[in-house]
Amino acid sequence: MSEMTLKLSVWRQENAADAGKMVDYTLPGVSEHMSFLEMLDVLNEKIIAEGGDPIEFDNDCREGICGMCSLVINGIAHGPEKRTATCQLHMRHFKDGDHITIEPFRAEGFPVIRDLTVDRSSFDRIIAAGGYVSVNTGNAPDANAVPVSKEAADKAMDAAACIGCGACVAACPNASAALFVGAKISQYALQPQGDPERARRAQRMVDQMDAEGFGACSNHAECEAVCPKGISIMNIARMRREYLKAIIS
Amino acid sequence: MAASTSVSNAFRSTIVKKILMSLTGLGLVIFVLGHLIGNLSLLFGPEPFNLYSHKLMSLGPLLWVIEIGLVAFFLIHAWNGISVSRHNRRSRPVRYAKTGDAGGPSKKSLSSVSMIFTGIILLVFLVIHVATFKYGAYYTTVIDGVEMRDLYKLVYQKFHDPLYVFGYTGVMILLGFHLRHGFWSAFQSLGTNHPRYSGPIYTIGVVLAIVLAIGFIAIPLYTYFN
Ligand code: HEM
Repeated sequence: MSEMTLKLSVWRQENAADAGKMVDYTLPGVSEHMSFLEMLDVLNEKIIAEGGDPIEFDNDCREGICGMCSLVINGIAHGPEKRTATCQLHMRHFKDGDHITIEPFRAEGFPVIRDLTVDRSSFDRIIAAGGYVSVNTGNAPDANAVPVSKEAADKAMDAAACIGCGACVAACPNASAALFVGAKISQYALQPQGDPERARRAQRMVDQMDAEGFGACSNHAECEAVCPKGISIMNIARMRREYLKAIIS
Repeated sequence: MAASTSVSNAFRSTIVKKILMSLTGLGLVIFVLGHLIGNLSLLFGPEPFNLYSHKLMSLGPLLWVIEIGLVAFFLIHAWNGISVSRHNRRSRPVRYAKTGDAGGPSKKSLSSVSMIFTGIILLVFLVIHVATFKYGAYYTTVIDGVEMRDLYKLVYQKFHDPLYVFGYTGVMILLGFHLRHGFWSAFQSLGTNHPRYSGPIYTIGVVLAIVLAIGFIAIPLYTYFN
């Protein structure tokens, strides 16, 4: 098993008020089988053993489905591998002696809490503004009582694959949340269940997105390229159509 | 369901700002294309060009409408462009120490990240351009017994001033950059994205950008070197 020694530049920041700075570490003994987060775990053990404060970073399932992990690795959100969240990025994609820069997702809407962790509750507020379907309580409806076309179901599923990690915002030159909001609006707009509230939803979610300080979409499409689920910018176009329909209706 | 947002609120939304930019941007593309086709008459000497410009100037009130429309399109486009760019800068107060390109389906390019730069240069150029020609020296000539403005003479003079010729050439390259991203971007901003047509629209934008840039560069260079 080959082992690597890496040079790491990591963003360290005490708290939201601290200015923060890049700190360099050298980490020997990195196995190619480690995930990126396991590599950081090993680095943290080394830092703790030397009496320092471990680097704080978000993570949860480590299976690429929960959307908790983040990080901008060498300038790319979730690192160099396509359709891969940081937790599923393995160290075999790096080589001995590599210099890796690790930064938090950066956006006005994602303030840094500490080190590499950022506050993504702006996304929760966007969802709360309209990213739901209001249903009456009572028995579950019969299966297939509401027909959904195969095409609409497929598109809605593709949009619903969004795990809300925020890599789209991190990668966007404008820190725009358009891909996230586009995906969330689309997953409902494409289905009859989402139809009654679609105008109000589009309007409220877009207004909340702007209010949270996210940028405007300039159609760079960098978001689609870093999205661990490969969500298409077609959803951004749909968001615009939905918003336009909502304000002129 | 009734809309809860007022019209004035909607104009503050980034989506509506971009829709205004895309409509005015595409309008300006049509104008620029027409302008290039008209200017090609410069390649055929003084008479065809002067007759063409005389015809335009004889449009009377219609010309006024077109000119006011153009000024409005430029102002709406530039105003929203500056507003959106300022908003976008504020959206990332702390920059990355290291930036990368993810590649793949990304369309981020030098031209997409420099829209505000190329746009502002175009705006400055526009003012100089209108001052130079429309409000420049008024020579006259007589063609077929009709006295008219000899705009060709002015263009000929300016296109023999190396500073003007090479400055103009540089700005036209930037116009190409602006449209390389701008053309396809306008369609996406309007909410049109289709798996079958979006690829070709991007390609058409690139071709259009190259054709317009080369066309506008060819005329002054041809005049200068002849
Ligand atoms: C001949 C002149 C011009 C033409 C043909 C043109 C065309 C376009 C088009 C088609 C777009 C795409 C719109 C969209 O994505 O919705 C665009 C974007 C843009 N234009 Fe222009 N434009 C011109 C002049 C200007 C000027 C004078 C400015 C500003 C000062 C400007 C600033 C911008 C900016 C900042 C964008 C990108 C907006 C974004 O972030 O998405 N443009 N332009």
